[in-house]
Amino acid sequence: MTMQTVGRPTRPEEVNSMDARFASLTGGRGLLQDEALIFERDGWGKTGVDLPAAEAGADDLGDLVRKSPIGLPGLSEPEAMRHYVRLSQKNHAIDLALYPLGSCTMKHNPRLNEKMARLAGFADLHPMAPLPTIQGALTLMDRLSHWLKTLTGMPAVALSPKAGAHGELCGLLAIRAAHEAKGDPRRRVLVPTSAHGTNPATAAFVGYSVTEIAQTDDGRVDLADLEAKLGPDVAAIMVTNPNTCGLFERDIIEIGRLTHAAGAYFYCDGANFNAIVGRVRPGDLGVDAMHINLHKTFSTPHGGGGPGAGPVVLSEALAPFAPAPWVVHGPEGLTLVEETVEEAAQAFGRMSAFHGQMGMFVRAYAYMRSHGADGLRQVAEDAVLNANYIKARLSGVMTPAFPEGPCMHEALFDDSWLEGTGVTTLDFAKAMIDEGFHPMTMYFPLVVHGAMLIEPTETESKQELDRFCEALIALAQAAKSGDVDRFKGAPYLAPMRRLDETLAARKPRLTWKPEAGVAPAPLAAE
Amino acid sequence: MRYLPLTPDDRAQMLGVIGAASIDDLFADVPAVARKSEPFDLPHHAGELEVERELSALAAMNRAAGAGPFFCGAGAYRHHVPATVDHIIQRSEFLTSYTPYQPEIAQGTLQVLFEFQTQVAALTGLDVANASMYDGSTACAEAVMMARRVTRRKRAVLSGGLHPHYAATTQTIAHAEGMDIVRQTVAIDAEAAVIEAIDSETACVVVQTPNVFGVATDVTKIAEAAHAAGALLIVVTTEAISYGLLKSPGEMGADIAVAEGQSIGNALNFGGPYIGLFTCKEKLVRQMPGRLCGETVDADGRRGFVLTLSTREQHIRRDKATSNICTNSGLCALAFTVHLSLLGETGLRQLAAINHAKAQRLAAALGAIPGVEVLTKRYFNEIAIRLPGNATQMVEALLEEGIVAGVPFSRLDPAAGLDDVLLCAATETTLDEDIDAFAQALSRRIGR
Repeated sequence: MTMQTVGRPTRPEEVNSMDARFASLTGGRGLLQDEALIFERDGWGKTGVDLPAAEAGADDLGDLVRKSPIGLPGLSEPEAMRHYVRLSQKNHAIDLALYPLGSCTMKHNPRLNEKMARLAGFADLHPMAPLPTIQGALTLMDRLSHWLKTLTGMPAVALSPKAGAHGELCGLLAIRAAHEAKGDPRRRVLVPTSAHGTNPATAAFVGYSVTEIAQTDDGRVDLADLEAKLGPDVAAIMVTNPNTCGLFERDIIEIGRLTHAAGAYFYCDGANFNAIVGRVRPGDLGVDAMHINLHKTFSTPHGGGGPGAGPVVLSEALAPFAPAPWVVHGPEGLTLVEETVEEAAQAFGRMSAFHGQMGMFVRAYAYMRSHGADGLRQVAEDAVLNANYIKARLSGVMTPAFPEGPCMHEALFDDSWLEGTGVTTLDFAKAMIDEGFHPMTMYFPLVVHGAMLIEPTETESKQELDRFCEALIALAQAAKSGDVDRFKGAPYLAPMRRLDETLAARKPRLTWKPEAGVAPAPLAAE
Repeated sequence: MRYLPLTPDDRAQMLGVIGAASIDDLFADVPAVARKSEPFDLPHHAGELEVERELSALAAMNRAAGAGPFFCGAGAYRHHVPATVDHIIQRSEFLTSYTPYQPEIAQGTLQVLFEFQTQVAALTGLDVANASMYDGSTACAEAVMMARRVTRRKRAVLSGGLHPHYAATTQTIAHAEGMDIVRQTVAIDAEAAVIEAIDSETACVVVQTPNVFGVATDVTKIAEAAHAAGALLIVVTTEAISYGLLKSPGEMGADIAVAEGQSIGNALNFGGPYIGLFTCKEKLVRQMPGRLCGETVDADGRRGFVLTLSTREQHIRRDKATSNICTNSGLCALAFTVHLSLLGETGLRQLAAINHAKAQRLAAALGAIPGVEVLTKRYFNEIAIRLPGNATQMVEALLEEGIVAGVPFSRLDPAAGLDDVLLCAATETTLDEDIDAFAQALSRRIGR
């Protein structure tokens, strides 16, 4: 079936192909197979598992039993393997090449971590199993907590948040609970204009109104504006450090001092902890709460968009409000505090059903142990070195947003160097795909026009960085020499040409539906 | 250091290109007081062998569910996952890719999400599904907040049959957003009671089926009552295999259905990562939280997939977003989709029938013991039983005989006054010998 050749008019700009491209007779691209959806393969009665017959019927359930067909096709095992392996080949991945998404920390994912997470003692362990049978899991959580607290210089950690944004929510809920405990509920949260979208979204989610703080010309929080906006109704400030421009907030200590002087708490977005791990402790900066993306700094895989993990370290002031559950040392070994009563009565509640992303805890701990304290410090140094190397090599052809001084773990460029070329940041990014690289983060942070944010991470070799820089230099020269088609029509060589996102949003097709008149014939009800 | 490619020579050369004298120059913006110079009191780097030794020792301190008779459920279920699933999710291109923001080089992830959304919508009998949430409990909280956006009302009624941890999560998160969360009294057949609690201020009622005690309920009448009052019905399911046997939430009138999808394709993992399923009626889609994958075409007119309707999301809408969520459970969704593709409708129905039959066997064996009462009459694969004494103590006692008997209800909700209630689940992984061993041991203990 070659459904992919059937399409509607396109939205991306009409441009001439670079040449009359060679087209296959069946619509595919060589070994990169077109692959129909599982719903288009006539597998309505098929299954790829061998199961015994059930030993009893479901008469006891009466009319609770499903009568209508579900509408699920099946695949035999070889078909399933081929279908998903073919699909996999249409993805870019860290294991294929540099993945320079700024603010995402796409570093190598060690396979030792995967192996450890699959040990039966971790993977085949039930969250509500009796305490004597889970002592190893609790010990691992305890050791992970110790590492996170030590590396951040913070006295407490809540492990249960399931991702960075979930961690932000946890931190703000703790802050809210702390203010309420003092009988001083406050209304506003201050967020710099350069913040991740999750910061204002989370603050609003918790019921705070959001006030933006201006940024200085050199890409930092504007202290005067901060001071002007702090007041008795401000609950917290949310600052990313290093910030989303890839810069360390030089005045971070003063930011913390001013915040505390106003009776507010200092939430630090820890998305960029990779730049400073082992060299700087957020606890020394006056931070009250910070989430740690285990899928960034501590190498757990991104998995095509999750699952992540976002433990939150907390200051003495916020620790009593941490959510259940947590691990405590008891007379008969480790135990879990699961209810927010008695000694845990100040806890603000619960973030999710169980104890957090254990599978990610195992991976992150294996990574920490592998690197050790010495290796983690080297991680930060190499991450920062790689970013500054890219900034130095590309500054001749592209315009760094903040040319003065070093950057941290990511290099930020604006699009002023593209002025007059007819090429946009988006075009440039799509052309990178034809050169074999994933684009950098584009149009973020919002404070820089046409932003291009490049984060190489420490797991890139100098050779790969050079290859990347040379590709970008060549592309930049092509853009400046008027080779516009190369950019406007890009990508040409990817599994797909540029996709029409406007059409997708205007006429949402979110599930497969049978074509009119050729409805599938799912199984009759049993 | 095996994960770091730079050599000392590379570093020196690169510093030269940058024009820095030392690495410390690159950290010049860090205030001196915050520069950590003395070493951390943590171990130094370790080789694979050493790390593997430590973690294997920790894993060995746990008792894996597969190590013997095992009957825990309560929102997390032990199922067999085909070997193919784990192979596929370890493919580099799936495991080590990011969110598919560049669709031209992420069609693998995107097509999987489109298949996933279609499968989830079919299972729940609703129109549209998102690309997944963190887990069932957070999906439940998000559904309640979505009901507020849809109805512009603040009150949510949670049935007493809702998993207490789901209720607590929802209360924590939705209350923070300013909602009025009414948790009804915990009871085994609590569902009907929600009808009386629906009023003109009610945004939604939340009902779980099968509920935390394993009770399967037809919620059609609750849907009618909710709709008559202008409220939404949210149906929660913690055991996704049950969709293979029981009427779907959509068939019973749910507006939103959320579920824990762990049972399909995902290991127990001590509680996470899991995968929240989230589906709703088509007309509500623009109030949905989370990522959505949609169909479109590329510049050559070929069909492809992209993330869409992102104007609901935090990276565009910031403080006006429908949720702060910035992720889905991507790899868990892949595992779910591969497993469900292997099962197909035929396999899922058969698997569900086996689970139900195992539970019938378990209920019969335990119910035959004098002093044990099976409280759950209509169940899928989990039952609540009443013991003649404290359930936690009984679990401890049976553990001495190598049997993990289940989850004492008091572990989920100590305040419910159900200290003698034990939740016991059976799945296709449960052997008949396991059930016999459990029943015999329980009978002996009670007889003592």
